Amino acid sequence: MVENSKIVYAEDDFEVVGTAGLDAEKISKPSITFWSDVWRRFRSNKLSMLGLIILILVVLMVIFGPVISGKDYQYIDYSIANTRPNGTYWFGTDEMGRDIFTRVCYGGRISIIIGIACTVVSFVIGSALGGIAGYLGGKTDDFIMRVIEVISSIPYLVLVVILSFVMGRSMFSLVFAMTITAWTGTARMVRGQVMQLKGQDFVSAATALGSSPARIIIKHLLPNTLGIIIVNLTLSIPSFIFSESFLSYIGLGVQPPETSWGALASLYQTRLMFDPYQLFFPCLMIVLTVLSFHLIGDGLTDALDPKLRK
Amino acid sequence: MSEKKVLVEVKDLKKYFKVGRNAILKAVDGIDFKIYKGETLGLVGESGCGKTTCGKTVMGLYPATSGEIIFDGIKVNELKGKEKKAFTRKAQIIFQDPYSSLDPRMTVGDIIGEGIDIHGLYTGQQRTEKIYELLQTIGLTSEHANRFPHEFSGGQRQRIGIARALAIEPEFIVCDEPISALDVSIQAQIINLLIRLQKERGLTYLFIAHDLSMVKHISDRVGVMYLGKMVEMAPSYELYTNPKHPYTEALMSAIPIPDPEEERKKKRIEIEGEIPSPINPKPGCRFASRCRYATEKCTQETPQLKEVSPEHFVACHCIK
Repeated sequence: MVENSKIVYAEDDFEVVGTAGLDAEKISKPSITFWSDVWRRFRSNKLSMLGLIILILVVLMVIFGPVISGKDYQYIDYSIANTRPNGTYWFGTDEMGRDIFTRVCYGGRISIIIGIACTVVSFVIGSALGGIAGYLGGKTDDFIMRVIEVISSIPYLVLVVILSFVMGRSMFSLVFAMTITAWTGTARMVRGQVMQLKGQDFVSAATALGSSPARIIIKHLLPNTLGIIIVNLTLSIPSFIFSESFLSYIGLGVQPPETSWGALASLYQTRLMFDPYQLFFPCLMIVLTVLSFHLIGDGLTDALDPKLRK
Repeated sequence: MSEKKVLVEVKDLKKYFKVGRNAILKAVDGIDFKIYKGETLGLVGESGCGKTTCGKTVMGLYPATSGEIIFDGIKVNELKGKEKKAFTRKAQIIFQDPYSSLDPRMTVGDIIGEGIDIHGLYTGQQRTEKIYELLQTIGLTSEHANRFPHEFSGGQRQRIGIARALAIEPEFIVCDEPISALDVSIQAQIINLLIRLQKERGLTYLFIAHDLSMVKHISDRVGVMYLGKMVEMAPSYELYTNPKHPYTEALMSAIPIPDPEEERKKKRIEIEGEIPSPINPKPGCRFASRCRYATEKCTQETPQLKEVSPEHFVACHCIK
């Protein structure tokens, strides 16, 4: 033990160092924006990167596939019906002799476009109404929430069947039918987020500065809910692709000559006993796309969660 | 005294919150005060006594239940639209929590420039220059403008909050416990900044805090609140040397003295019991249940603020 009392300090033992050379306000860390930080964390997740690569490959194939194969997806040639996959017909041909590879690519365009269109529509409506309900609160909130409850209590399939009778079976009516119930989930989520953010001081500060409610929603509330919205976006695209496939499979979706992955699966399942490869390829594409979106969504959840920031 | 111009006048301000079917929380229950141009009015009291609610109601962040807030001759609590926006140019607020008061997705430059954008004061190059100038005022540099709030410390963030309030050159600033979330060395930094700005720009402050020695340091006059009521109001020196109300007496005796010898000799007046709930409060003096001098009268009649000596107001039946 050191006996402190015995140590005697003379005045010369101390000198004024001053703070001249010190820069207390300096931030040594390089500036990182929120999104570059998100990308950094997303990149370190190997499974999510795999998902992203699969998705890019699927999208490239869907866009450029027909050009590479050089065949027409509607061209019928009975002489080559039910050809097994080979060098000319990579995925084989169906019972009318159409090239399955080209058809899968065309079908993929419709499936992915429908997935994205439904997501965009339901998120625009859902965010707007959820944002308004959460921000204004009170009677407006009550009214919007009751409407949401009524809409989401109608069985989805019943609604789709009725709408396909009323509006005909076009792509537009399909998107309409799928989004009419789907936006309610988004609206609920955005409302919850907005209500939580509304109580924060930076929103009060904006009010005190004289901001209009619209400005507060656009400048403060939406950017702060964007993270969660994006995760939900990536997870809702595959669910729409899945619903579209399911509806097409039971005959309520895309009508011939247009096609989609679900419609192809429905068409080719009749040949399952003799030519299982025909059903295999459209299903594989659905599985790969849905899986890749899920992997990306999973990675984004982790990357966008500030609590996991290191 | 008479030549002083009243900038803010609050008359019988009440703010009630409905917390249940029959329960009303009387956060602010009929307070009156005046703030003169260029002075600092301190507002002290223990947690939950309605200081912050009072500040936010004056700013119009909460609609007042009743009463009037008169700013520069205009009744501001019922303003709408353009007039309300004009009021927000003259009055600003600094928040308690430097972490929740800055938007995490905006750069510091945009946070400070928000008021400039809303009121359309400057654009383009002028806006950038103004933001740099403000950053320098609060002791940061122009290169900090593109950074995000999470890259700053608590004290720096609080200064950014001050810069945001200053950007639109207000006359009046409500400081809602701007120092209570910070450590002592940073507190001094912020207080000195506020005092300097007041000298340079002739600002008027409503300074809300629970740190009594800090309030004494910065305020010209101090009001003491207890459970939604103003119990005593006096010039700073007068209040600290000659407290009249039993509650103020007890508060003043709790200030630590930076001298161990003195501190040991000091007698602290202890207040018995807990602060009663502000939900459906009992009639009479709010402090009666904990007061050493409480009489029958105190539990029945609510005392009003009386001027006992010039500029010194007390609400107590025992003080004549």
